[in-house]
Formats: sequence, C-alpha cells, structure tokens
Amino acid sequence: MTTLRILLVGGLMSYRAMFNWLSPWILIPSMIVSPICQILLFAYIGRSAGVGNDEFYVMGNALNYAAIPCLFAMSATIEGEREGRTLSVVLTTPAARIPLFLGRALPVIVNGWAVAMVGVVFGLLVLDVHIPGSSWPALLLVITVASASCTGLGLAMGAVALRVREGAVLGNVLFCLLLVFSGVSVAVDDLPGWMAAVSPWFPLTHAIEAAREVADGAALADVIGLVVREIGVGALYAAAGLLLLRWLEDQSRRHATLERV
Amino acid sequence: MKQLLRQQLVCYRLQLKVITTSWFDGALAVFFPLMFATATLLIYGVRDDPEAMQFAGLGAAIMGMWTCQGVIASSLLTRERWAGTLELVVAAPTSMGRVLVPTTLALSTIGLYTVVATILWERWVFGLELRIESWPLFVTSVLASALTLAQFGFFLAVTAVRYRASWSLGAALEYPGWLLCGFVIPVATLPDWLHPLSWSIPTTWAMEAVRESAGGGSPWRDLLVCLVLGSAYAVLASFLGRQLVDSARRHATLALT
Repeated sequence: MTTLRILLVGGLMSYRAMFNWLSPWILIPSMIVSPICQILLFAYIGRSAGVGNDEFYVMGNALNYAAIPCLFAMSATIEGEREGRTLSVVLTTPAARIPLFLGRALPVIVNGWAVAMVGVVFGLLVLDVHIPGSSWPALLLVITVASASCTGLGLAMGAVALRVREGAVLGNVLFCLLLVFSGVSVAVDDLPGWMAAVSPWFPLTHAIEAAREVADGAALADVIGLVVREIGVGALYAAAGLLLLRWLEDQSRRHATLERV
Repeated sequence: MKQLLRQQLVCYRLQLKVITTSWFDGALAVFFPLMFATATLLIYGVRDDPEAMQFAGLGAAIMGMWTCQGVIASSLLTRERWAGTLELVVAAPTSMGRVLVPTTLALSTIGLYTVVATILWERWVFGLELRIESWPLFVTSVLASALTLAQFGFFLAVTAVRYRASWSLGAALEYPGWLLCGFVIPVATLPDWLHPLSWSIPTTWAMEAVRESAGGGSPWRDLLVCLVLGSAYAVLASFLGRQLVDSARRHATLALT
C-alpha cells in the first residue's frame, strides 16, 4: 500500500511541484503553440519539396513533440530536487527507488500523450488528415506507448542530469536527435544507411511507423510487432535510467556532489 | 559620440563573451537549427532535385540566425530579472536601449557563426555546394540580415519585459519565424492572409536578398526594404521600451518573478 502511495500520490505531487511549465504562460506556448507550429513547418516543407503528405508529417511531428514534456518534465522532477535542496532528503528516505522514480513518470506519460494529441487533433481539424474511426483505439494506444517510451529516455536523462548540470541543453539535444533519427519527418528508409541502422534504437521510431500505419487503416494486430519493439526500447532506457540513478547517487554521495548546482 | 561607441563596444564584447561561454545560448543555438536544417535537407534530398536543394540549402543556412535572435532576445530582460540585475540596467544612466542593442548584436554574431557552420555542414555532410553568383552581395545580404535581426531582437526584448516566462514565448516564436520568413518554403505557398505578416518581418526581405544575390540578381530593393523595416522596429522598440519600463516602475512590477 505504501509503495502504491509513493508510486501514485508521490509521483503526482512531485510532478506538480517540480514541473513549472504547468503555468499557462509556459504551457500554452510550449505545449500547444510549438507542437502545432512544428507540424505546420514540416507539413509545408513536405508540400514544397513534394515529399510525403500532411498525415505523414502530422503523425511524425505530433509524436516527436511528445518528447518535450517526457524529457523535460522527467528530468525536472529529478533535477528540481537538487535545485530545491531536497534531493538528499529524498534519497535518504527508506522509500524504494523504483516506485519513487517510476511514480514520477506516470503523470509525465499522460502529459506527453496529451501534447501528441494536440498535434493529431490539429492535423485533423486544419490539415489534410483523415483517420478512420475504427483506428482511434489503436492510435491512442500507440501514442501512449510512444509517450511511455520517451519517458524512459527522460528517466535516463534525469539520471544523467544528476551529474550534467545543463539539463535544458541535454533535453534539447536529445529532442533534436529524435527529430533526425526517429523517422519523424523523413521515413527511416529514406535516411542514409548509418542513420537508418541506429534509428531502431531510438524511442519513437517504431511508434511513429505504427501510428502512420494505423492512421492509414491498419489494425492493431498488424502493428503489434512495432508496438512491442517500442515498449522494449522504452523499457531499455527506463532500466538504464534506474541503474544510472543508483550509480550516480552512489557516486554523488561518495564525492559529496549531490547538491552541487 | 566617442563615449557612446566605447559603451557599445564594451557592452558588445562583454555580452558576446557571456553568450559564447553559455552552453544554452552558444552551443545549443548553433546545434538546434543545424538539426532542423538537417531534417529539412533530408526531406528535400528525397527528390534529388539540385534546384530544390539549392533553395533549401540557402534557407537552412540562414534560419539559424532567427533562432539565435528570436529565442534568446525574447528572454533577455527576464534573464536580467533572474540574475537580479534588471533594476540596475533600468536605473543606470545609460538607457536600456543602449544596453540591449549591443546584446542583440552579439546574438546576431552567433547567428553569423551558425550561417558559416551550416554552410560547411551542408558541404561536408550533404555534399551540397551552394551556388553563389556574387559573394560580395551574398555577404552584404547576410550582414544586413544580421543587423536587422538585431534590431528586431531589440523589439522582441522590450515588448516581452512584462512577460515573466518570456523564454517560452521566444521558444514558441522559433517555428513561426522559420515558416513566415520563407527560409525553407516559399512565402507564396503560405495562406494569403499570412503574407502581410511575412512581409512585415525584415528577415523575410533579407532572405529574398540572400536568394537574389546567390542567383545573380540584384538584392538592393530587398535590402533597402529590410533595412527600413529593421530601423522602424528599432525606433518602435526604443519608444515602447521607455513606455513599458515606465509602466513597470510605476506599478512596482519590474523585478517580480
């Protein structure tokens, strides 16, 4: 019961306390205006270049922008403890680390999902995107998986942020790498060979491919392989994040650098 | 006059040092647009059309200048607020505009660096050699773009003085700027109702001048409009800056976080 409380209540409280982007002055420009504008940018580039269609860019960029809250909110819920001088308190509690940090990931997954949905709904309303009604349940699931997978990367980034003090820079660099490598605006098949080779190891790659297929009318069963691989990639990053947290926590204690800002 | 020039030079050098040593304002301001330029060139590269690549390559080279200015300039005064130095800047005998303009010029200098970095990136990674018919005119157009962006950045900086989270506003301006200024898509492809907005930004004219000079045409008309518009924004910023700061002082809201 205590573990469940730490996971759900503790996670939600940390998210609300640490992620200061929830103010409407930040939330609206960052999580509504920007994803829409990124979709428009690439949809227009695609039209101008005569490559792909609106649906291709809406799916890719809507899911790509889910990475913003997943990376920044996840690292904020860890890094924010250090800035608030509460990290040592958190780490000395008897609470188990896994529910402590995974609990913080749950609201972030919902946040990422919502941001991706803003983009998808915008595409439906304004651009040339049509998604069959029967595809919606599968699409919502794929977007949830994409968001969870990115949050796994965010957990790893949050762990690294215990050592690297430039969390905002790191988050933007990862976001850019996802943009270029995950098939967001260029199909993985059209990427240069070496980029296509590393692409499957990035979160979002499989989810974006699955979302595009589902939006074209494919059933969940047709993309289940992609969904499972996306879950696998996300789990890999989450596991790496938890291990990194444990190791960096240990290192920070050893070198007395836990709360050095 | 000598005193003014000295103050501008000292302020410019100091701000340039601050910016270049910042991972966020320096390195990321180059990396972020470079990755978007990469994505753009990958899209245009699918069709393997040299003309399209020339169009995208030129725009991708210039679009980083917008990032350096738009994103960071919007939050210049907020950063002063965070650092607790906004009151000092406002209360100093040197006007706020005389402090902000060299700062936005320093940001434009980083923007010039992104132009060079992106041109080299395009050449080394994509094998794209931009065809520039007139290098002197091209360089003049790029410099005019940097100068007018600094003036536009000054406008952004002062208008966002009351916006506590202006960094998010600056970040949200990034994509609209890339769209509206016609860096990587022709302005004509945008909806008609957006055209006046596009042409009211000096950078749109600067981008046209860059394309004209690269294509062997005359960029002078575009450069003239670009410089007039940039100056108009600077004058407006100077006026608004005084009004907004006076208002913030009157209501004692200058330094509230």
